[in-house]
Amino acid sequence: MKLLRTMLLAGAATALASPALAQDGGISDDAVKIGMLLDMSGPYSALDGQGSVVAVQMAIDEMGGEIDGKKIELMTADHQNKADIGSNLARQWSDQNNVDLILGGANSGVGIALQEVTSEKNIAYINNGAASAALTNENCAPETGIHWTYDTDALANGTAVAMVKEGNDSWYFITADYAFGHKLEENAMDAVKANGGTVVGNVRAPFPTQDFSSFLLQAQGSGAKVIGLANAGTDTQNSVKQAQEFGIVQGGQKLASLLLFLTDVEALGLDASQGLTLTTGFYWDQDDMAREWSAKFEEKHGSKPTMVQAGMYSSALNYLKAVKEAGTDEAKAVVAKLKEMPIEDAFSRNGKVRADGLMVHDMFLAQVKTPDESKGNWDFYNIIRTIPGDDAFRKLEDGSCEAAKG
Amino acid sequence: MAFFDIPLPVFMGQLLIGLINGAFYAVLSLGLALIFGLLNIVNFAHGALYMVGAFVAFLLLDILGIGYWPSLVLAPIIVGLFGIVIERLLLRPLADLDHLYGLLLTFGLALLLEGAFRHFYGVSGERYAIPDSLQGGFNLGFMFLPTYRAWVIAASLIVCIATWLLIEKTRLGATMRAAVENADLVRAFGVNVPLLVTITYGFGVALAAFAGVLAAPIYSVNPLMGSNIIIVVFAIVVIGGLGSIKGAIVSGFLLGVCEGLTRVFWPEASNIVIFVVMAIVLIVRPAGLFGKAA
Repeated sequence: MKLLRTMLLAGAATALASPALAQDGGISDDAVKIGMLLDMSGPYSALDGQGSVVAVQMAIDEMGGEIDGKKIELMTADHQNKADIGSNLARQWSDQNNVDLILGGANSGVGIALQEVTSEKNIAYINNGAASAALTNENCAPETGIHWTYDTDALANGTAVAMVKEGNDSWYFITADYAFGHKLEENAMDAVKANGGTVVGNVRAPFPTQDFSSFLLQAQGSGAKVIGLANAGTDTQNSVKQAQEFGIVQGGQKLASLLLFLTDVEALGLDASQGLTLTTGFYWDQDDMAREWSAKFEEKHGSKPTMVQAGMYSSALNYLKAVKEAGTDEAKAVVAKLKEMPIEDAFSRNGKVRADGLMVHDMFLAQVKTPDESKGNWDFYNIIRTIPGDDAFRKLEDGSCEAAKG
Repeated sequence: MAFFDIPLPVFMGQLLIGLINGAFYAVLSLGLALIFGLLNIVNFAHGALYMVGAFVAFLLLDILGIGYWPSLVLAPIIVGLFGIVIERLLLRPLADLDHLYGLLLTFGLALLLEGAFRHFYGVSGERYAIPDSLQGGFNLGFMFLPTYRAWVIAASLIVCIATWLLIEKTRLGATMRAAVENADLVRAFGVNVPLLVTITYGFGVALAAFAGVLAAPIYSVNPLMGSNIIIVVFAIVVIGGLGSIKGAIVSGFLLGVCEGLTRVFWPEASNIVIFVVMAIVLIVRPAGLFGKAA
């Protein structure tokens, strides 16, 4: 009986506290509240982390810090790469702070967990950095959730297809053993096979791993022409570095780093990373608009932005524009508005948010420069070609987000 | 059995790689065991000091242009002195209190050190090149062995054996062992036990820094490198028998091999296999493989 009463009281309190104002339009509790949940201290914090916070703050400043007189508030927290911590923080922000938008950062495990919480709580959710294409397929939430910077499909379609077409047709995968790695491996295997290549084997490495020599030796022994690295961050750095140490590239095998960030190349150095083919959603030197924004970012953060950090800026900016146009911060209304808007800014070329929540935009196939080609700091990539969004990403009808196909 | 699916050369390769990783485990667990043996402190800062060792080597090169070989000696000395300061200023006042206080203090220290390096250097890591004299490698027929990795095994073995000899065969070592058994009695013989304790802590910490310098060219020099390895090293010390020098060395190499082989047979389990072994050892021999029952 006592329990029942407590539950009823709790229910009533939540009902009073929740932003029921949303239905009648307008901005709830006189503020647009953005919460960022990302890896602030772990293996992904260099490519995401504080740099992403700086980027989102730039978007807020660009909007003048307010929308129609209603202040824009920013909160950040470290999800520590743990799905339970991420979802708890999201629930807390929803119940206690009435957060309007959650920007999720790298780590697909956390990213997928947040998708569930936000759709249940009717909070807009944009993810930059979690790579798994599951976010707009089996785990899609098309009314509230958007996947912005890139996904595993686009990475596989870019790098794997380009390499298979050059005749590198047998692959062995070293895969980070969690949601992200599995999806990237699956997408890359599909891309390799669809283009006439074969997959000779794979090995799942725990995340994170420091010593890859054992896995590299297995890959070397497989005789595959290409060793595909389905991992990210410090895992990628360690595997590329140790592959060089064990003479893998000298031995005639090629490395394909399916997800490589600017910060990884910086940490590895061009000596170790030169010649790697990669797919990226953004490169600071891609055009004038990107260069101009990246220079401002560098002034504030001390390094050029990674694609995740630029994507964070772009998604926050467009979200805020959509709130302004829709005249409300109610999640479904804003997400619907975003789907009508063309997405064009320092980050995105020819962007549009599709019915399943995927932000389709141009991707770039790039190659890491040699030390001789590079003109200095952060001059790391040669853009080989632009992959138009519709080719880079999976087609809507091929996906498994039934809710969006209607 | 999966074992028979694997050709002998690949198996040999994995065995060797396991030994290389075991070398790091051995040097780190040796330092931990020494410190636990004499100070009765579970030194949670050990991983952080290993990381600091790698960073000191990096900074010596970056700022003063001092290369790998001098760093291999200098970095352990610098970090060892730092350890002596820690012992004198922070650990000494806790000596008469429960173990838990030392554990909490060193754990806090580890967080502070990691936080500080993360603040200044970020997590993406710094580069440290393999010295020119150790570039390249040998083709062993069954695998390509990088010269540097061979050096890691050799250097670790030398350090482990030298430490073991120091403790088992010298007068200083005999005094140390006596102090572990009964500090008060040794003090009554006129031995300066507090000094002995300080030196031991400094030496244990220097061993961690030495492992850090060895690791710098292989892994990126990274503020998180210590926290990744320390839990495993603790498990190894427990498996070897708390405070047992021989146990720490032998189980370091053994478990490196054990982990390496798991990476072939069941890669997903490779980061927990050591803890499974620990659980089994604790059930069968609670004092550890080489520990004396209390």
